[in-house]
Amino acid sequence: MSRYVLRGGVVVGPTEARRADVLVDEGRIISVGTDLDVGRAEELDCTGAWVGPAYVDLHSHLREPGAEAAETIHSGARAGVRGGYGALVAMPNTEPALDSVSLVRDVLERGRSSALDVAVCAAITVGRRGERLAPLGDLAALGVRLFSDDGTGVANPLVMRRALEYARPLGVRLAQHCEDASLCAGGVMNEGEWSRRLGLGGRPAIAEEIMVARDLDLLRLTGGRLHLLHLSTARAVGLALAARAEGLDVTFEVTPHHLVLDESACAAYDPIMKVHPPLRAASDVAALGELLRQGRLDAVATDHAPHAPETKDQPFDEAPAGMLGLEHAASVVHEVLGANRPLDLFRVL
Amino acid sequence: MSESTGPAGPPQSTHPIMGPDDVARALRRMAHEIVERHRGSNNLVVVGVQRGGAPLAAYLAAQLSDILEAPLEHVDLDVSFFRDDIGSAPLKDAAPTTLSRDLRGRVVILVDDVLFTGRTVRAALNALLSFGRPDAVDLAVLVDRGHRELPLRADYVGKNLPTSREERVRAGLDGVWIERAS
Amino acid sequence: MRTIRGGHLLTLEGVDRVQVVDVLDTAESFVEVHHRTIRKVPALTGRVVASLFFEESTRTRLSFETAAKRLSADVISLAVAASSVKKGESLRDTISTIEALGLDAVVLRHRSSGASEQVARFVPHVHVINAGDGQHQHPTQGLLDAFTVRQVLAERRGTTGRESGAELFDGLRVLIVGDVLHSRVARSDIAVYRALGANVRVVGPGTLVPRELTEWGVEVSYDLDESLEWAQVIGLLRLQSERGSGEFVPSLGEFATHYGLTSARLTTLDPRTLVMHPGPMNRGVEIDNAVADSAHSLVTRQVANGVPVRMAVLYLTVAGGDGR
Repeated sequence: MSRYVLRGGVVVGPTEARRADVLVDEGRIISVGTDLDVGRAEELDCTGAWVGPAYVDLHSHLREPGAEAAETIHSGARAGVRGGYGALVAMPNTEPALDSVSLVRDVLERGRSSALDVAVCAAITVGRRGERLAPLGDLAALGVRLFSDDGTGVANPLVMRRALEYARPLGVRLAQHCEDASLCAGGVMNEGEWSRRLGLGGRPAIAEEIMVARDLDLLRLTGGRLHLLHLSTARAVGLALAARAEGLDVTFEVTPHHLVLDESACAAYDPIMKVHPPLRAASDVAALGELLRQGRLDAVATDHAPHAPETKDQPFDEAPAGMLGLEHAASVVHEVLGANRPLDLFRVL
Repeated sequence: MSESTGPAGPPQSTHPIMGPDDVARALRRMAHEIVERHRGSNNLVVVGVQRGGAPLAAYLAAQLSDILEAPLEHVDLDVSFFRDDIGSAPLKDAAPTTLSRDLRGRVVILVDDVLFTGRTVRAALNALLSFGRPDAVDLAVLVDRGHRELPLRADYVGKNLPTSREERVRAGLDGVWIERAS
Repeated sequence: MRTIRGGHLLTLEGVDRVQVVDVLDTAESFVEVHHRTIRKVPALTGRVVASLFFEESTRTRLSFETAAKRLSADVISLAVAASSVKKGESLRDTISTIEALGLDAVVLRHRSSGASEQVARFVPHVHVINAGDGQHQHPTQGLLDAFTVRQVLAERRGTTGRESGAELFDGLRVLIVGDVLHSRVARSDIAVYRALGANVRVVGPGTLVPRELTEWGVEVSYDLDESLEWAQVIGLLRLQSERGSGEFVPSLGEFATHYGLTSARLTTLDPRTLVMHPGPMNRGVEIDNAVADSAHSLVTRQVANGVPVRMAVLYLTVAGGDGR
């Protein structure tokens, strides 16, 4: 590594953004300021650019092990670097699921040789089947801080209650995919006028909101830490915000696609538009955008979910759900923020 | 060749080549020629090619039944599905075909307004064959304007009209006009 | 709505009256062709039409293939339900394989909604005719239903459908009964009847007729007997038990009691009321034998009209371009 200086950019910190140069030596930031005396250093012209800490993605599906044709830890990491990320959380719905110390250790190991920092979100239950708890204690001892059965939610409220109770003293956070599976049965897009017109089964907004409400009630009972993955309706976010105002330790994220695409994007039956939770009503998209601009969203997380073209390129109802996100999340957030708001951008990404 | 442009009225600026009386006289003469050729025949059927030939066929059939002092059947035939320019030119809207019986043993007088390239007549001959095998088919046209692209000729012609290819000819019971292409 | 002439026929949603009447009038010409000594016209000579049925439907497939043959097209028939697609070949691969044979049109039946829309994207220069996609649309069924209604109403007036245009549909009261939610026929019927100016009402159990269906510009009712009095045309739908619609009602028996056109209800109908069913019928569920075989029933005519209407659709889409 060498010594270089970022010249002429706007340096974005947690509380302010200001014109400054940044001197980097051997991968470390040496100094930040104007009129830096840099000595011998390569000059990088950053005029017109924002310079800030690399983004962190809370929600990436790296598909390894099991579906390396879709993505690998290394290819996902490269996509993250292109999108401005310096770290990401690998989700556990691989094949097999990341529900054991050996599997998680293996992913962490591969992550260390990748282009950025890879953390692991491990499964809450064995095989993500929603029945028996995965070894949360052993995994926490390995350094895992976040657990989720993402892809599906933990449907059984008793299992979820036990998971929250068990996790609380470990100091780890559970992340829930909030969609009630039975209300979503046969559903492939948001339930509403569009789904009825297109003849596609619906996944109603209420399926997400019921699960959010249930988990917040469980959290109120058990205490502990809960993270709500990819909230997609205004009401779901409202429930989370209200619970936090009441003192519960709950955090949540919204995906880039739910900020810009609404259910009408499914009208051409392009399976790229198939995601879970589904693209919602235009009113929800507008409301999430407004919440972002008001600074009330905790995080924008990509739910980057690649599929090999031959598996994704199917009739809409048969195609797997999932959309890419790492490479364009920042530009989406920037567009939705709609103004020169670097602090907000770096806060949610 | 149905060159007429449908129900639009006669063009204002051009003088008719034939007026309504000329057309009636020509059709009357053609009726006599038909009777002459098919004297004693009681199996004539007049078939008008949609759309320009249909009103002429009705008029001709009336003349024939006048002369023969017997009712004479006249029917219409749409040839849209038999054209040779399907897929290479905009589709013509299909018009009703009232011909419905088998033509075996009949003598068909096929009537059209204008004989031009001969392609519509070719289509009409094929269309006729889907009604069985007539004894004979004669062709009667109000105007023959030349420029044939197929080896066909009319048996009865109201008027031979030399034209250039670019001109358009309208012919009906109300008269015959040449329109210069704009 | 893309134009039918020279285009695809993927859906009837958004179709306008002029386009519907164009198909109906053309179909009327093909009904007349059917009565000729030789029932074939050379309109699509040299054209190749592939019928791809990813979901078996013998009657629809035969109807389309007969239509294509009457137009002198060459027909490639692939009952995909029994072929390689089951071995994991994608829809796109199947289409590419077929396309290599040199196609002018694809008639596609598929269990998935939107499949024909996707295929039309894969092969934009091939005319795609949707022969039923999942729970989305079945456009030729909608068109042949409208054609059949127009034909009967015109006959009653002693005129032809062509002469009446679409005027016979102005304010016509059309009732669609049963499993509207899962029915591609209902979606196509509603679109075509509304385009022609009819008033459409849907009736069925709350699970199969969600109250939000008013967004389709139709009335929603749950009272069959009152609706039967209202209706001039009754379109019955097949209860799609094989697609799980059975779970939407307590039992087929209860469905039949409340929403079946039973022989008892038959006696209450105005003698001029028309009864239609796209087939295949669940006799004893949505329709009783006595109704299916009564003078009200247009079921046989619907089947017969399938061929000329599909001839019209193939003719207008394949040959209806501007001749580029």
